Amino acid sequence: MLIGGIAVITRKNPVHSALALIVTLLAQASIYLMLYAPFVAGVQIILYAGGIMVLFLFVIMLVSIDRSIRERQFNSQWVVGMIAATALGGLFIAVYTKGTSIFPDRALPTVENDNTQKIATMLYGQYMFTFEIASLLLLVAIIGAVVMAKKRI
Amino acid sequence: MGPIIQYITSYLASDQTPGAAGNVFWMLVYIMLVFVGLSVAVIAMNWLERKILAHMQVRLGPMRVGPHGLLQPIADAIKLLLKEDIMPAEADGLIFWIAPFVVVLAAFTVFVVVPFGPTHAITDMNIGILFMLGVSSLSVLGIVMAGWASNSHYPLIGALRSSAQMVSYEVAMGLAVVSAVLMTSLNAEGTGTLSMIGIVQAQQAQGEWFIFKFFPLGLIAFFIFAVAMVAETNRAPFDLAEAESELTAGFHTEYSGFRWSLFFLAEYSAMIAVSSIAVTLWLGGWLRPFPNMLSGATWDQIFSFLPGATFLFFGAICFYNAVRMPKHPLFRIQTIGLFGFGVVLGLIGLVLCIPAVSVHIQDIFWFSAKIAAFMYLYIWYRGTFPRYRFDQLMQMGWKVLLPMGLGVLILTASVALLQQIWHL
Repeated sequence: MLIGGIAVITRKNPVHSALALIVTLLAQASIYLMLYAPFVAGVQIILYAGGIMVLFLFVIMLVSIDRSIRERQFNSQWVVGMIAATALGGLFIAVYTKGTSIFPDRALPTVENDNTQKIATMLYGQYMFTFEIASLLLLVAIIGAVVMAKKRI
Repeated sequence: MGPIIQYITSYLASDQTPGAAGNVFWMLVYIMLVFVGLSVAVIAMNWLERKILAHMQVRLGPMRVGPHGLLQPIADAIKLLLKEDIMPAEADGLIFWIAPFVVVLAAFTVFVVVPFGPTHAITDMNIGILFMLGVSSLSVLGIVMAGWASNSHYPLIGALRSSAQMVSYEVAMGLAVVSAVLMTSLNAEGTGTLSMIGIVQAQQAQGEWFIFKFFPLGLIAFFIFAVAMVAETNRAPFDLAEAESELTAGFHTEYSGFRWSLFFLAEYSAMIAVSSIAVTLWLGGWLRPFPNMLSGATWDQIFSFLPGATFLFFGAICFYNAVRMPKHPLFRIQTIGLFGFGVVLGLIGLVLCIPAVSVHIQDIFWFSAKIAAFMYLYIWYRGTFPRYRFDQLMQMGWKVLLPMGLGVLILTASVALLQQIWHL
């Protein structure tokens, strides 16, 4: 996953970057699998690797590759990026060193067998409102994209 | 040696898949069996497709290599392996090299969860159907990579068409699958499942294949899936990605020899994979046909002889054609070969007629027979339908299949809910 992530930001060719991102997402799916969350892993593969990244590649391939390689790679937000990266790294180190006191020291009972049912009851029971708000947000995004793409509806 | 043999034999008593029982030896055996079986099926499909298409167009098809061209696929395979492996100078080396492997990997990995019988699967995951859809959707990545890395116009256009087509039909496909998965939870509270074996067992428990469930809702969902799966595998009439009259060969124009044959292998095994999804979800998987109309021990007995009878029938066809072969000395070897093939098929048929064998084999037979029917449908489509135009394809996907899928899903859910409320 780390190798894929580094390749995403270092490759000059955008298609190579996108493919490296796919490797990263698949590695993330396998991490979900190791955490006994097969449903999340499956959805990760279908949505990100199978759906969204294909559309990414689709768009990138329509853009002229040669020109974008020759152009200077710009990166004007590196100050903000550095601060964010340092903060995230600090958080990781803090979690790693103090991990035993923050998290329970025993592994949680694995719920592999009815994992999907558990997620369903949680999404449509306890977190119903949040779930609906998220879907509303996506709907707004779709409508916005259509309005921006089509001047005359 | 003792513990090893005990480890191997300990699985035989269990009634689980090797993956669920955690037996590595039998898992490897099953993986090898599935791999070999798939390769043989692809070879057979290659020959059958050419023969059937030829007969549909009033031609003879391959006749020269072996009796009735039976050895033609082997000759083709040797030709492909001996061909020079060409890589275009302007191509993107690494991606060009990886692309066929990605496609093959995606096409073969899905067979990990395909249930050939209640115990005859490599493993059973509780996200089985999700896993199949997800991994088979990865094959489009390989196609896009191949098209882009070739650095040429035809492949790029083919890859773009293919990715647009697959992404849009995946939505309709997913909706159809969800409406079938919904039906699994109907016999008792909390029995809904995504596992491939669980889905077939739900059909067994409800005594009804899901294609006939809530008639015509199950049938419509099956129809949506049947259209989307043809589009998903880039086959005629949705084969715009490799439309030979417009794009020479689409995304694999620049590939030759062994790499091309990998694409070929992946295409056919993907066809088998999506057909097995359709068989599992709607056509009762490994269950024998007519479970209700022709039920009872007598009919079970009769149906258990059908696998053997089928092989005996094929053997008899071989004998019939061997007798009809030309009597010229040049054809002697071919005639003897055909006789031999008939004898082998007949022996397999006789072995399958033994009750002890047929009990364990017949679920594999019914599953394969249902898949074979789908394979024939694929060839039939190719022989009879003209290719869609790209705007027609998109219109079909987004304006016809998607609303139909949504409607079927909502209707299925409401009917199921009403049934639960009123205990109909």
